[in-house]
Amino acid sequence: MVAIGEVDALFDTQEAVASSPRPWTHGLRRIAWWRGIVLLCTGAFFLIPLYAALRFSLEGVDGGFTLSAYTAIPSQAGFTAALSLSLRLAVVTTFITLFLMVPTTVYVHLRLPGLRRLFDSITIVPIVIPPIVLIIGVLQVAPTSLKSTPYLLAFEYTVLAMPFVYRSLDAGLRAIELQTLVEASRSLGGKWVPTLWRVIVPNLRTAMLSATVLTVALVLGEFTMASLALFQTIPVWIYQFAQDDGHVSTAVSLLALVVTWAVLMVISSFDLRRIRRMAQERKEA
Amino acid sequence: MTTTAGQHARATEQSRGAEHTGASVDLLGLRRRFGATQALDGFTLTLEPGELVALLGPSGCGKTTALRVLAGFETVDSGSVLVDGVDQSRIPPQKRDMGMVFQSYSLFPNMTALDNVAFGLRMRKVGSQERRTRALEQLELVGLASEAAKYPHQMSGGQQQRVALARALAIEPRVLLLDEPLSALDAKVRVQLREQIRVLQTRLKITTLFVTHDQEEALSMADRVCVMRAGQIEQVDTPSTLYAAPATPFVAEFVGTMNRIPGAIADSGRVSLLDSVVDIRTAVAEAGGGAASFPTGTPVDVLVRPEGLAVTPSPQGRGIVMTTTFLGSITRLGVLLDEDVVVYADISNAAVAIPTGSAVEVTLTERSVMVADRTGSVHSVPKSVPSPVEAQAPEH
Repeated sequence: MVAIGEVDALFDTQEAVASSPRPWTHGLRRIAWWRGIVLLCTGAFFLIPLYAALRFSLEGVDGGFTLSAYTAIPSQAGFTAALSLSLRLAVVTTFITLFLMVPTTVYVHLRLPGLRRLFDSITIVPIVIPPIVLIIGVLQVAPTSLKSTPYLLAFEYTVLAMPFVYRSLDAGLRAIELQTLVEASRSLGGKWVPTLWRVIVPNLRTAMLSATVLTVALVLGEFTMASLALFQTIPVWIYQFAQDDGHVSTAVSLLALVVTWAVLMVISSFDLRRIRRMAQERKEA
Repeated sequence: MTTTAGQHARATEQSRGAEHTGASVDLLGLRRRFGATQALDGFTLTLEPGELVALLGPSGCGKTTALRVLAGFETVDSGSVLVDGVDQSRIPPQKRDMGMVFQSYSLFPNMTALDNVAFGLRMRKVGSQERRTRALEQLELVGLASEAAKYPHQMSGGQQQRVALARALAIEPRVLLLDEPLSALDAKVRVQLREQIRVLQTRLKITTLFVTHDQEEALSMADRVCVMRAGQIEQVDTPSTLYAAPATPFVAEFVGTMNRIPGAIADSGRVSLLDSVVDIRTAVAEAGGGAASFPTGTPVDVLVRPEGLAVTPSPQGRGIVMTTTFLGSITRLGVLLDEDVVVYADISNAAVAIPTGSAVEVTLTERSVMVADRTGSVHSVPKSVPSPVEAQAPEH
């Protein structure tokens, strides 16, 4: 029971709060201010090296501005082959990774939920073990036929991508009612493959796109393994060519960055459009 | 257009219903243990063709496990499941021909309502044109043909469950399994949908097992209700028998509201309470778990429903009205008696109003009662008092 005096006091307090200059908004402004500074520092940390690289790549012999480093890229020996190899490896690695990891992760969620923590730990191993150790070990034991093909790298990259892919898929599976969907499908006559293909995979689209983005980014940027296995992917080519022509090499680095970013944006936009459409439909509903 | 489609759907459904008689189901001696929990303990239940049986019980009593065993999603440690006399133990879920509606919204989010309903037919390799026609018929049956192109996220919870029902019915299942399909819905939609389910089930004559913890749902929908506790069946009977003649104190208290009033055994199979001596209809020893014969003078608990008590204002009465709950046509009074016992009694709203704090006399109107051995210090406090909102829920 609240006494009348207490109720009045309550209103007084509320009025006092309402008429005060809203001290909490000052706090928010202070947070926003610090957020801006942090953003500025982080942006500078990333953008200054890029600006330096861009300026260097546009600098002519006489110190003037020129695009010659960029126009010369397609005619450089080995560039097209390296780019092609990197892109093929990205596609093959993504395919192998999703082909292996989607059913595995689904199986763990459905049948071995108690082992999820163990799988979390296991999938971190490729991050803990340095790539140099992985590739040397593989080169020791891999059959010659596999060592002679650059697709050996695709298998290596699959291992490297596993931590990121597993986590993406794990998050995706947690977001859907997996057990119910699977049981609904099976009660309607769906066997495992149709259930996986028609029910689970379409609902894991966002998670799979996220996994694809991470895998492609990893493959296009990986240097150590490709270099030690003596295959010339784009990062290896950039490194080797930098010793001949620093300007062109820097231009290629920047272009690779832009192309990778563009590819990732395209992949992400597939899902972004769908998410926006769904949000709009929900709003309308 | 809609009317024509509706008439066509009804005609098709009637012709199918005429040849469809449902399957018989036998769950025989099922036992299933999860770690330290015995989910099913010698569970035996038979469903006649076309019958709707509700499994009713508190959380963890094993009712969902029993349904999942029938669906093929759980295995048993021992016992067998027969459908039309055929053992199902080696048949995987996708080959059992059982339609299932789940508690949570189980529609495939990537498919439209039509595609969801057509999914089972697609899995059965039905041609695309026939698939579409039959899926539309089912949507028409649940009144959602106009929503065929919508995705689950564009539909309300009630609509989603109706699509889920249409999807389960589209495969013309031998048995329909309903796993608390109404529990996520609001009260009004729940009442509408349960009536719709019952009408369709009766019309299509599909043998149906319905799991629920809501006694109102079970009593209003089922041909028979199976009350479960700790993996075992307490009683299987028609809703009216279950309410009027519960076999055990657990059933008596779980189904409906039941008062426990202290009494004592009088001679020649009668019991005295509230200044009355009445016949004993059933005597149960809860500790022994079965029928009992109590010697004269034994203190017992008498189980009486709120409608079995009459309350009249009386300054010298033995009780004081503690609570009044408006339930539409009646008001339920909570009356504090001697020995700190609270009993609930229903009075007609046409009768004189009895305000809280009034002294009242409580008398027994039943001629025969159920008695059980006295179990503890707390004798009353019924498990469920319907809220005024539930009691006044519109029926349409």
